[in-house]
Order: sequence, then C-alpha cells, then structure tokens
Amino acid sequence: MSIVIETQELTKKFGAFTAVDHISFSVEKGEIFGFLGANGAGKTTAMRMLCGLSKPTSGKGFVAGYNIEKESEMVKKNIGYMSQKFSLYEDLKVWENIRLYAGIYGVDGKLIPRKTDETLSKIGLSGEKNSMVKELPLGWKQKLAFSVAILHEPRIVFLDEPTGGVDPITRRQFWEMIYEATERGITVFVTTHYMDEAEYCSRVSIMVDGRIDALDTPHNLRTQFSAQNMDEVFRRLARKAKRMDT
Amino acid sequence: MLKYLIEKEFKQMLRNPFIPRLILLFPLMVILVFPWAANQEITNINVDVVDNDHSAYSNRLTGKIAASKYFNLVAVSSANEEALGNIESETADVVFEIRPDFEKDLVGRGVSEVMISVNAVNIMKGNLGSNYMTAIIRDFADEIRNELQISTGTEWFRQAGNTALPVIQVIPQGKFNTFLDYKVFMIPALLVILLTLICGFLPALNIVNEKEIGTIEQINVTPVGKFSFILAKLIPYWAVGLVVFTVFISLAALIYGLIPQGNLFTLYFSASIYILVVSGLGLVISNHSSTLQQAMFVLFFFLIILIMISGLFTPIASMPQWAQNFSRCNPLRYFIEIMRMVYLKGSDIANLEAQLMTLSVFALILNGWAILSYRKSS
Repeated sequence: MSIVIETQELTKKFGAFTAVDHISFSVEKGEIFGFLGANGAGKTTAMRMLCGLSKPTSGKGFVAGYNIEKESEMVKKNIGYMSQKFSLYEDLKVWENIRLYAGIYGVDGKLIPRKTDETLSKIGLSGEKNSMVKELPLGWKQKLAFSVAILHEPRIVFLDEPTGGVDPITRRQFWEMIYEATERGITVFVTTHYMDEAEYCSRVSIMVDGRIDALDTPHNLRTQFSAQNMDEVFRRLARKAKRMDT
Repeated sequence: MLKYLIEKEFKQMLRNPFIPRLILLFPLMVILVFPWAANQEITNINVDVVDNDHSAYSNRLTGKIAASKYFNLVAVSSANEEALGNIESETADVVFEIRPDFEKDLVGRGVSEVMISVNAVNIMKGNLGSNYMTAIIRDFADEIRNELQISTGTEWFRQAGNTALPVIQVIPQGKFNTFLDYKVFMIPALLVILLTLICGFLPALNIVNEKEIGTIEQINVTPVGKFSFILAKLIPYWAVGLVVFTVFISLAALIYGLIPQGNLFTLYFSASIYILVVSGLGLVISNHSSTLQQAMFVLFFFLIILIMISGLFTPIASMPQWAQNFSRCNPLRYFIEIMRMVYLKGSDIANLEAQLMTLSVFALILNGWAILSYRKSS
C-alpha cells in the first residue's frame, strides 16, 4: 500500500486563533478516511489546506506526492473536491455543469457527451439531464456534485459533509457511490457528523480543538474506549473540547 | 479549458433575467434622456428690468432684451429693491437697471451706464446670463452709434473730430460643430460613460457574486489557471461592450442623425482597447472585495472621481493644475477625447496615437494586476 496523503505538524492560524494545531497523519491509497470532529474543531480548515485552497501557517503536507504549499496546482490536478456548501452552477443545466468540469480537467471534447450519459445513468439522473441544477432536490444535487468531483478519475476525493441534510435513503445511495469509487482506486477523505457513516470508514480520526485526539479503525476505537458504538467514542472525546461550539 | 469557461459565462449571461435587457435598454435610456438633461446650454434666464429713465432708448433696450431667445422678461420693476426681492424669491435671475438719465447721457455725452446684477448661486447660469446680457447691450450700443453717426448732428461726435467710427466686427465660426450643438458634443462622451458603467460593473459583480455563492471555490480547486480564469471573465464582457457600443452608435444615428466624421474602424478599434481597460479595473476591484456591497461602493467611489475629472462636463484645461495632472491618470479622459475627435473632427488612428498608446498601457497594467491579484488560495 502506498501513502497518498501525509501531513507533518500541519498548522493554520488565523491571527491568535489556531484553527489547526500541528496535525500529523497519513492516508493510504484506496482507504475511506473519516475525518470527524465537532463543529469548529478545524476539519474544514484542514481539508482546505490539503486541497490547496488555504496556505498552511507552518508544517508540511503532501497530497498525491505533491507538496500542498509549493505544488498546489499539481495537487489540484490529482484531486476532486466537494465542499460543504453546494458549489455547482445553479443557473446551468445538469449536462452543462458536467461538460464544464469535464472540459476544465481536460477530458477530450468528443468523449464528454458519452461520459455525461454514463455519469447520469449511474446516479439515476438521466431524466434530469436538461434540468436546471437549481430545480433539483438537495439529495440529487449532492449526488451530482459527487459524480462531478470524481469525473476526471482523481487519485483522491475530498468530501466535506457530503450528506448533510440528505435523507437516509439517499445517504445510503451516496455511500454506495463512495464504495464504488474506492473500488476504482480512488482514495476518499470524508468529513461527517453522522456516526453510522463513521462505521463505514476504513479508518477514522477525531479532531478536538484543532488537534487529532484519536486515529484508528472504528473497531479499534470502540475497543480502546470500551464503547458500544462510534457515537459513544465521539462523545467521550468531543466533551473535552474547550472551544465554544459554534 | 478556456473554451468551456467562456461557454459557461455566455450561457449564464444569456440566462440572466437582467443582463440581456440591460444591454438594450441602458443605451436607449442614456441616449434618449441624457443629451437633454446633461445640456449646459442655458436659456430661459429670467430678467427683471428696472427702468428709471422711461425714455425711447430705454424702452428699445428693454424690448431688445425681451426679444432675445435666452431671456424671459418676467417683471418691470420701479425700484431696485423690488427687483432684488425678486432675485431672492428666485423669480428673477438677472436684474437689469437703467439709470434715470440714460438717454440724456447717451445723446449728450455719448456715454451712459447700466447695471447688471445676477444671481450667482448657479455660477454657470449667472455667468452666462451676464455674458449674454453684455452681448445684447454691446449690440444695442453699436446700433445707436450707427444711427448717431448717420445723423452726424451730435455734439460729442463733432468735438471728437470723428467722421467715421472704426468698428471691428467679430464673426465667430464653430469648426467641427458648426451650430455649437451641445448634443453633438455630449453624445460621444456619453457613450464612454455607458461603456464604463456596463463593462466596469458587470464583470466585477460577476466575480464577487461567484465568491458569495461559493462557486468560485469549486473552480479554485481545479487546475484552472489565473490567466484563463481572468480571460474567461474578460472576453464575454468585451463582447457585451461591443454590442452596447453598436446599439448606441446606431441609436445616435437614428435618433439624432449623428454620424461619426471618422471611420467606424477607428471607433471600434479604440472601443476594443477601452473596454479592456474598464473591465480590468472592475476585475481588480472584485479581486480585492469579498462582498457585492464592498465592490459596488469601491467602484462607485472610483467612477465618480474619474467621471468628474474626465472632461465630460467641464473642460480639463480650466481645472487647477493638480487636477489636470491627476486627469492624466484617468482612462476616461483619453477615450472621451478619442470619441469626440473621431465623431466631430474625423480623426483617424494616426491622429489618436498618443491616446491609444496610453489606453493600451492602462489595459496592460490593470489586467496584469487583475491576474496577479486573483488568489486561488488564501
């Protein structure tokens, strides 16, 4: 197994506030890495640094073998990203969004129509090809955003709370899509607040106040904290947090 | 990659409920309203005449003033105080006072005096009012002088030993705008304002809007380069600018019969450069703003100053030196000069070399700045 994400003492400060406090971890190829933490624990900030959207204050990070600070454009070629906030173009049609991102990642223009149809039939949205994205329900939008994020077969995909506000059935389908992506060799880095989803991950890290307080497989974490489920593990760790829950 | 980004911008623009309408309605409104509203030709100046002489000459002079197209004779007052009261209540702009011995002095001594008092709250109106009034009086004086010369019986005329009075007549000729039509002067400059507003605001608001919605983040996490990103924002608005430009010059020709003296190529060539300048300014401001309000206010701030010192309303040559120096850094100034020169004088690219070079430098600096200041990460 090869390492696709590695951080060494990665830190981000906003003025006097340390959002991410010297975190070090590594993620192996093909893993589903669950990145857990209470609101304000620093998950999104850490993920944005790994995606090259935010520059670290100190420490190092490597994604797909590239330095996140110095080679952020190379990092961007090799990753997919789905942000907390839905960020496809609402005033473009479904197929137009797919075409735009396929074009941006350099998919051959002649292959785009076929790729569009394949992607849409896989997520069951073939009938919505010509719909305006703003007309879709949230769950469908999230599925679309995910398939756009992995359209160019990235080595790693970063998902920031992809299932927030989505119904249980769609969440289930979403996780099936995630598993399918890992079968194709895509490493998944995901944040979530649903502890049942944490159980689906290969390994889970739990962030408290900008630091990683626990990192292991869900099974080992349950044993370590002698807890029934991940929910209990999470609550034990998160209770220690001193930061305001915002 | 660029192709897909530009395609996306055009689709969004055409689907926007506002932009396609703006492209047609804004030029129409500007051309129908502004040339009339921004007209600085002053007519309808209200005059109050205080005639203390009640002679044939004073009546004639009053009649002459009343007949002028610039003046409305609103009152004939008997006392100066009464007339000044009219100025205070704003029923009169100018008080014209004729002294009691006006005719007697004029015939007897050959010299007489009148007094013009103007309300100078509106300096432009006051100034022009007294100028027009002076012109009428001078004209009247010439008439009288001629008449007296013909009758040659006047005392003072013989004393002076004159037989013929030398008179120099000034015949003004308005080159390039023969009838000194204010609209002909304003319309080419209004086109500059129109392009500045549309091509300065739209791309800036577009980028800040993407920042607010969050779609820009999805683009920032892709390998799209700064250069492609900025170019993809610039090109569609450049096309919009040229469409607006075409709409406006067609309307100017249709509505006012205003056809540029110079060729269309010169106009379009200059406009193509100018649009890049203002779009570049808009992009720079949007890169440094995080909300729509911020971008709007900063743009307003700059545009108001730039318009004020552009020579649109007031000639740059009559500004204080510091303002004149400042206006050298104002791209609007150069494009207004170009438009007026092409429209009125028929200048071609060779005549406009200095202005075009300056605009090109502005375009390079601003767009270079826009590319450098666009941050894909924070």
